[in-house]
Amino acid sequence: MGDAVVFDDVVMQFDREVVLNGISFRLPRGETRAIFGVAGSGKSTILKLALGLMKPDGGHIHVLGQDVTLMKEEDLFELRRKVGMVFQESALFDSLTVHDNVAFRLMEEGSGTEEEIEERVREALSFVELEHTMSMFPSELSGGMRRRVAIARAIITHPEVLFYDSPTGGLDPVTSTTIVELIVKQRDVYKTSALLVSHRLQDAFTMAKNHFDRKANRMAPLPPGERSEVPLSFLILREGKVIFDGDAAELVRSRDEYIREYIA
Amino acid sequence: MELISPSELAREKVQSVQEYSLLAGRSIANLFRKPRYVADTLQQMDSIGVGSLPIVVLTGFFTGAVVALNTAASLNKFGALSLIGQLVSVGMVRELGPVLTGLMVAGRNASGMASELGSMVVTEQIDAMRALGTDPLKKLVTPRVISTVVMLFFLVIIADLLGLLGGNMVAGWFLGLDSHAYWSSAWQTLVFQDVFMGLVKPPIFGFIIATIGCYYGMSARGGTQGVGKATTEAMVVSSILIIAVDFFVTRLLIVLMGYR
Repeated sequence: MGDAVVFDDVVMQFDREVVLNGISFRLPRGETRAIFGVAGSGKSTILKLALGLMKPDGGHIHVLGQDVTLMKEEDLFELRRKVGMVFQESALFDSLTVHDNVAFRLMEEGSGTEEEIEERVREALSFVELEHTMSMFPSELSGGMRRRVAIARAIITHPEVLFYDSPTGGLDPVTSTTIVELIVKQRDVYKTSALLVSHRLQDAFTMAKNHFDRKANRMAPLPPGERSEVPLSFLILREGKVIFDGDAAELVRSRDEYIREYIA
Repeated sequence: MELISPSELAREKVQSVQEYSLLAGRSIANLFRKPRYVADTLQQMDSIGVGSLPIVVLTGFFTGAVVALNTAASLNKFGALSLIGQLVSVGMVRELGPVLTGLMVAGRNASGMASELGSMVVTEQIDAMRALGTDPLKKLVTPRVISTVVMLFFLVIIADLLGLLGGNMVAGWFLGLDSHAYWSSAWQTLVFQDVFMGLVKPPIFGFIIATIGCYYGMSARGGTQGVGKATTEAMVVSSILIIAVDFFVTRLLIVLMGYR
C-alpha cells in the first residue's frame, strides 16, 4: 500500500504573501503526523489543500494514491468520502440537530434505512460519549461538546484518513485532554492514518507518551521504554518551509535554536 | 480607506461577473445532474413562496388601490371614471405586479439567502459540506433558484389579483363606481400581450433574485462584517437588476409582439 498523503514541493500564495514555499512530506498509512507552527504559518492551509478545498500554486498532493491537484471538484467528492475532517471551529451545520449533523454523510449517500443510520449515529456518538445529545442543536452545546460531535461526524464512515485542524483550539485544559483522549482512542483502536494540525505541543507529547487502554477504557501512560503501536511524528513549519521532520525523541534532542525556543 | 487602482477595480469586477455567470450556469445545469434535492427544493418553496405571501398580498392590494386613487382625478376631468378598471388592470398585470412583487421578494429573500449562505461560508460550514462529499451548489443554490423562479410566478399572479381588488375597493368605496362595471372593464381590456408580458417577467426576476442572493452569500468573506456587507449588496444589486432588466425585457417583448 502507498502512503496516505504525499506533499511534493507544494507552493501556496495568498495575494502577494507566500504561505507555503516548497513543502514536502509523507504520511505513511496507519501513522499519525502532528504539524506545528506559529499562527499564519500555513498549517490549516495544508489540510485544506490535502482535501482539495483549495488548489496550490505549485507542486502536487497525493491523497490515497490520487493527485488531488489535477482532479476536478466533481471527482474530488468521491475521494473525500474516504477522508474525515475535524474543522477548527467544529463547523457543525447549525440548522441541523446533532443526529442530522453526524448522519449527514450517510443520509447524502442513502446508506441504509433510517433505523440503520440511527444505529450508526448512536455508535459514533457513544465513541465520543455524547449519545444523550442526539436531538439537540449545536447552539445548545458547549465548545468541547461541539468538537466531540465534529469528531463523531468525521469518523462515522470509518474513513481511511483523518485530518484534525486545531482540535483543542480555544478549549480549556481539561476539555483539551478529553479531546486528545478521543484522538488517541481513534488512533489506537482503528489505526486510522491522521494529520493533526495544532499550535499546542503538549497535545502531541501527550499523544506520544500515552496509549488507549481498552480494558480500562481510558487513556493511560505508556509503560517506560515502550512506544505507541501507531508511530507519531512531528513536522514543524517556519516561513513556509519544513524545518523539522522526525519523532518526539529527535525533536527533544534538536539543537536548532528556533525549535528549542518553540518547545521550551 | 485604501485606494484601489482602476485596472485592479476593473479586474475585480470582471472576475465577479465571471464567477456569478459560473454560479448561475451551474445552478441550472445541476437540474440535469444527480443527486437532485427535491425535499430541500420543496422546503425552499415554502419558505420563499408561502413566507413571502403576506408582503406580496399587502403590496399588491395597496398598489392597485393607489393607482386607482391617483388616476381617478385625471379620469374624472374627461368623464372617463369608468376606465379605472382598465388602467389598474393593465398597469398591474404588465408592470406593477411583476416589478413591485419582484422588489419585495428581492428585499426579503435575496438578503435572506445572502446572510444564510454567507454565515455558512464564514463558519466553514460550506467547506465542511464539501469535505463530507456534498456539492453545496447542488444542495443549497439550485433548490433556491428553482424555488424562487417557480414561486415568484405564482406570487405575481396573486399580487395582480390583489391589486385589482384594491382598485375595486377604491373605485367602489371612494368613487362610487359599480363593481360589475369595474371588473368588466378590467377583464375585457386585457389582451394576450399584457398577460404574456406579465408572466414572462416573474421567472426572469426570480432567477435574478436567487442567483444574486446566492452569489453574494457564497462570496462572503471577513466574518460578520462581510456577511452584513453581502446581505446589503445582494438586496441592492438584485433590486437594481430587476428594474434594469425590466426595461430591456419590456422593450424586447414590444418589438417581438407589438404594443397591445
